[in-house]
Amino acid sequence: MELYIHIPFCMKKCDYCDFLSGTYDTDTRQAYTRALCREIQFWAPNFSSTSFDTIYIGGGTPSWLETSLMDEIMDTVRQCFYIADDAEISMECNPGTATLAAFTSYRNWGLNRMSIGLQSANDDELKLLGRVHTYDRFLKTFENARRCGIYNINIDIMTGLPGQTLDSLYNTLVHVTGLRPEHISAYALTIEEGTPFYERYKFDAVRQHAGMETKYLPNDDEAYALSKLCEQTLGERGYIRYEISNYARDNMTCRHNIGYWKRVPYLGIGLGASSLIDNRRTTNETDIRTYIEKASVLSRDGGDTSPLWQEVIELSRKDEIEEFMYLGLRLTEGIHRQDFANTFGQPIDTYYKPVLEQLNKEGLLLLDGGRIRLSDRGMDIANRILAEFLF
Amino acid sequence: MDRSHIRNFCIIAHIDHGKSTLADRIIEMTGLLTAREMQAQVLDNMDLERERGITIKSQAVRLVYTAKNGEEYIFNLIDTPGHVDFNYEVSRSLAACDGAVLIVDAAQGIEAQTLANVYLAIDHDLEVLPVINKIDLPSAEPDKVADEIENVIGIEAQDAPRISAKTGENVGEVLEQIITQLPPPSGDPAAPLSALIFDSLYDPYRGVIVFCRVRDGVIKAGDSVLMMATGAVFDVVEVGYFGAGAFIACDELSAGMVGYMTASIKNVRDTQVGDTITHSNNPVSEPLPGYKAVHPMVYCGMYPADGAKYPDLKDALEKLQLNDAALQYEPETSVALGFGFRCGFLGLLHLDVIQERLEREYQLDLVTTAPGVVYRVYKTNGDMIELTNPSNLPDPSEIEYMEEPVVNAEIMVTSDYIGPIMDLCQERRGRYISMEYMEETRAILKYILPLNEIIYDFFDALKSRSRGYASFDYELSGYERSELVKLDILINKEQVDALSFIVFKDTAYDRGRKMCEKLKKEIPRHLFEIPIQAAIGSKVIARETVKAVRKDVLAKCYGGDITRKKKLLEKQKEGKKRMRQVGNVDIPQEAFMSVLKLDED
Repeated sequence: MELYIHIPFCMKKCDYCDFLSGTYDTDTRQAYTRALCREIQFWAPNFSSTSFDTIYIGGGTPSWLETSLMDEIMDTVRQCFYIADDAEISMECNPGTATLAAFTSYRNWGLNRMSIGLQSANDDELKLLGRVHTYDRFLKTFENARRCGIYNINIDIMTGLPGQTLDSLYNTLVHVTGLRPEHISAYALTIEEGTPFYERYKFDAVRQHAGMETKYLPNDDEAYALSKLCEQTLGERGYIRYEISNYARDNMTCRHNIGYWKRVPYLGIGLGASSLIDNRRTTNETDIRTYIEKASVLSRDGGDTSPLWQEVIELSRKDEIEEFMYLGLRLTEGIHRQDFANTFGQPIDTYYKPVLEQLNKEGLLLLDGGRIRLSDRGMDIANRILAEFLF
Repeated sequence: MDRSHIRNFCIIAHIDHGKSTLADRIIEMTGLLTAREMQAQVLDNMDLERERGITIKSQAVRLVYTAKNGEEYIFNLIDTPGHVDFNYEVSRSLAACDGAVLIVDAAQGIEAQTLANVYLAIDHDLEVLPVINKIDLPSAEPDKVADEIENVIGIEAQDAPRISAKTGENVGEVLEQIITQLPPPSGDPAAPLSALIFDSLYDPYRGVIVFCRVRDGVIKAGDSVLMMATGAVFDVVEVGYFGAGAFIACDELSAGMVGYMTASIKNVRDTQVGDTITHSNNPVSEPLPGYKAVHPMVYCGMYPADGAKYPDLKDALEKLQLNDAALQYEPETSVALGFGFRCGFLGLLHLDVIQERLEREYQLDLVTTAPGVVYRVYKTNGDMIELTNPSNLPDPSEIEYMEEPVVNAEIMVTSDYIGPIMDLCQERRGRYISMEYMEETRAILKYILPLNEIIYDFFDALKSRSRGYASFDYELSGYERSELVKLDILINKEQVDALSFIVFKDTAYDRGRKMCEKLKKEIPRHLFEIPIQAAIGSKVIARETVKAVRKDVLAKCYGGDITRKKKLLEKQKEGKKRMRQVGNVDIPQEAFMSVLKLDED
């Protein structure tokens, strides 16, 4: 079982970001913390005999929450749930939002993995993204984390930024790998509706998608070259790709993240958090006022549903099979025929023989022994391949 | 009411000269409707007409007017469309009238359609009452326009009412002059029945409602009537006249009257517009002089986007045809598009209107192929075929020669733009006939132009090259021999039948290139490279390539939000479903239509 906790607060919202996050005042942060704790307590009875193997505190910027409030949350977690001794406990952090004192405080409740949102080592690119930090600020944060004894650190970087060149990306990669973090996530920028970036680049995004010349964003060929440069450089420097956008050295993969792709059950706590429990995917309320209000009147009724849910999807067997495929294939190790047969009681060929053969013939899918995985080309165009597994 | 107190008339004008507005005023002032009931334009009751500001279907309304002399008159006002595509409908409406009110814009003066409509009216022996409209405009020059009417058209216009239909100013004078200047209907109520069908409407409860003008005799409920062209016989259920937007039953319609009849007519093909209605037991020997027969000038394929909707499309076309004598269709199949219909239209606007009505009123999602004209193919074995679908063109070895339809075009233009307009006609393979100055600054250019050069975007080009100062009218003049070829489009080396079209040999290269460029933009990138080629026979004349997709991957995943990921994949899959497959290439429906707009950018 995995636990996800959502902290929707940021110093400033980045221009490309469409996550549930924003700037809120102290009162809201306090009220939200209380609401979170109530939700944790609400679920406690249901998981009294469950061991949590990973905890992931995401956001927003969790490190932007007062350390006293974060302490309160983690105290509640430990009171209500059993956390495995060797659990992976991760938290997201943005450069410049966490002091040495804060890191020390996190270490006290057991934080052992940190994910830092750098995005780029080029200050001009950072400014364009609407990020508040500089590369120097990031270095300080990284040092602080290391100094406090965090030996499992992820650094987020992005490709396909407006104005990004092969040189500037290479420079970022050299700097980042030089720090020897254990893990690197490399995301390609996506232009999401409802963000300032959408207003700025929507036409360019369409042009990029259609393979036409772009004004600001890298064109399709350039974006491709950038992502290839990223894959190659990271590989050369000892970072093994284990998922479409995740790389780790010395096997220091993110267990929590892998859980999502392998359909390990997880409980999500907080605004808009999703869960997978008993073959049911749920999403919490996404309006912060409503979330706080509803959480304030939460009372244990012994059932297995929550009044905080905004969306509930009961997975049919078909849904499960689809998920098994399109989630599992994101991992470079792919899926195992035996796992499929064990999970669904029937061989994979019963459902997918023609698709598997066709994709294999086109060189997009590799079938070696009991393993099925995307080829490099298949990874590049994963959206198209994965869609083929929907019924 | 005796016939001397009836006036059957229409209003004719160039587009935008205020025809519908004047009709509204007349309806308002005859008191049939209160001001509150008036919608902006009462006669245009189809949404589509209102949005486009044009009148598509002819409609009639019966009005009661109390004149200054204290006597009551019945006005049957028959509305006519103004666009050149609908000349046939104009002609049908005119045949039901005895007179015509001619509106001329006080600022713009006589335009091409003004002339065309006047000549049409004179052809039908109608008395013409000129009216000068829009005198409220600052640029109005009513006296100058009156002179122009006299000089150009040759009808007396010094006493023409000078009005503003918009404000209502002087419209009363129009009503009075309708009585004094336009003739009452002639005809003999005692003679055998003859009535012209000038329009019809399908009503799900009453069957076909036939709009007619009684020339001689009397028609009433219970009569057994014969449709002279189709030979069908019906028992009349009801006769009546047109209120505004309502049918009002009456006892009988006698010679000179305009109204409707119903007879539980289920089969739409039994009521040919233009046919003569007579009594089956006492028929007239000759039908009334006919309306012009309708020949579609433009054809295209229409296919349901969802193949399962084919019966719905068939049904919708059948119903539309009832209201639209000019629409023709027959089933056809396409390798790329499946089952559909080859439809014939009066022109591109007509096509547009039908397409929009199918989509709006019948909720059909359509794929339309490039419109073309009717070509005549003379084969070496002596046969001649009329070609409406390019795919049916015989092998070149069997073709002796081909002919294409040409039109007599009249373009009215101010002298500043004569040069650019002549250039345009030249580019469109026009043959210069003559140029006449109507007045110092305006001339009429006459050209013979191939119809297929004007159906696409000639009107737009004309407007843009003359900054809106040119107006245009045309009529089909016949067929001329021409060097024509079939241009085929190959996508990933497979010929796509729905994209083939016939084109003049010398412009084939240019159109082929444009077509490939356009398709390149419309066809999404696939996993493999897709060549797009334009070919004449086996000779490729243009080529473009849709590059293979390099990258399509969703990198981000946030807090285990899997449902959102799935939605994206579903969207991807859905998008693919909406496309047409040719070989292993998915072609979006828009691509088939984008070729209609080759000259847009």
